[in-house]
Amino acid sequence: MTENMPENTAPKRGVPLWAQITIWTVLVALLVVVFMGLQRAQEGNVQAGAETGEFDFTMPLFEGYHYENVDEVSLTSLRGKVVVLNFWASWCVTCKDEAVELEEAWRYYQPGGEVVFLGVDYVDTEPEALEYLETYDITYPNGPDMGTKISQAFRIQGVPETYFLDREGVVRHVQLGPFRSTEQIMAEIDKLLAE
Amino acid sequence: MKKTYIFLLIIIFLSLFAVSTVAAQGGVTDDRVNEIASQLFCPVCENTPLDVCETQACKQWRELIRLKISEGSTEAEIKQYFVDNYGARVLSEPPREGFSLLVYFVPPLIILIGAVILFRALRRWKTEDEDAVEMGAGPTSTSDADDDYIARLEEEMLKRD
Repeated sequence: MTENMPENTAPKRGVPLWAQITIWTVLVALLVVVFMGLQRAQEGNVQAGAETGEFDFTMPLFEGYHYENVDEVSLTSLRGKVVVLNFWASWCVTCKDEAVELEEAWRYYQPGGEVVFLGVDYVDTEPEALEYLETYDITYPNGPDMGTKISQAFRIQGVPETYFLDREGVVRHVQLGPFRSTEQIMAEIDKLLAE
Repeated sequence: MKKTYIFLLIIIFLSLFAVSTVAAQGGVTDDRVNEIASQLFCPVCENTPLDVCETQACKQWRELIRLKISEGSTEAEIKQYFVDNYGARVLSEPPREGFSLLVYFVPPLIILIGAVILFRALRRWKTEDEDAVEMGAGPTSTSDADDDYIARLEEEMLKRD
């Protein structure tokens, strides 16, 4: 019978095993990257209860602004204080609605030294940003979000957004959009100071 | 003659207007600004090149480009300034380094792998079709084998009878 076997019974030439493994590894890795990207995009901003230890930052301050006589500020150096982290931009119309209120609240808490306000200027241009700060007479530390690293860490969805951090650096309240009044800002701070 | 004078006056007026406009913009033309702006994307308005984006943020960015050009910055320096301040994602063409390199290698690699797989599959199908035709068109070998087999079978049956 063997002599009657068809000629095309030679072993099939397929894709080598190493190539198959490589292709599948690359495809799976790509899918994982895409999945992680989509998941991150769906995640939304950092929520109350999040620890900020994992996304510490050091922000350079605009010319003329200082925090404890230094022209930059790191988040970890603010442990033990209540932090009000406000994301804003000079091109943002609604940011202007809360500029006065934020400054008013800052001036109220500044003498006590237990609360720190930080303004993070998001994808802005420096001349306009400085003009904005001057227009609203903002005195609390402000600086640019270099490389948008801070806004990416907090996964902000827009401006204005404000994050209230307790003395341990845990996010306790998130304000999306502008504040309605100075009292609203103060109410959130007082809750954290009372702890 | 009078018409010629009027025509010349209009030309002079328009030239002066154009010169004053460029001078008011720091001696930098919109085309030059847009040339650089077209290579940038503002993170606020995703998927819209900076040169055609009409938001306030993008207008400010274009003015910043104008300012940088008037200060003598080169195109590379301006782009680097934007990367330093707003991150590499503002570039329309990702930098050819680090993780961004994947953008340049992965898509061509996938296309290449796909082409190889397709080529091999097509070749295999073609070979199988040819084999099938050959098997169908060459009845002699199998027929001979069958005849031989039937003859032996009949012989065995006769022996049993």
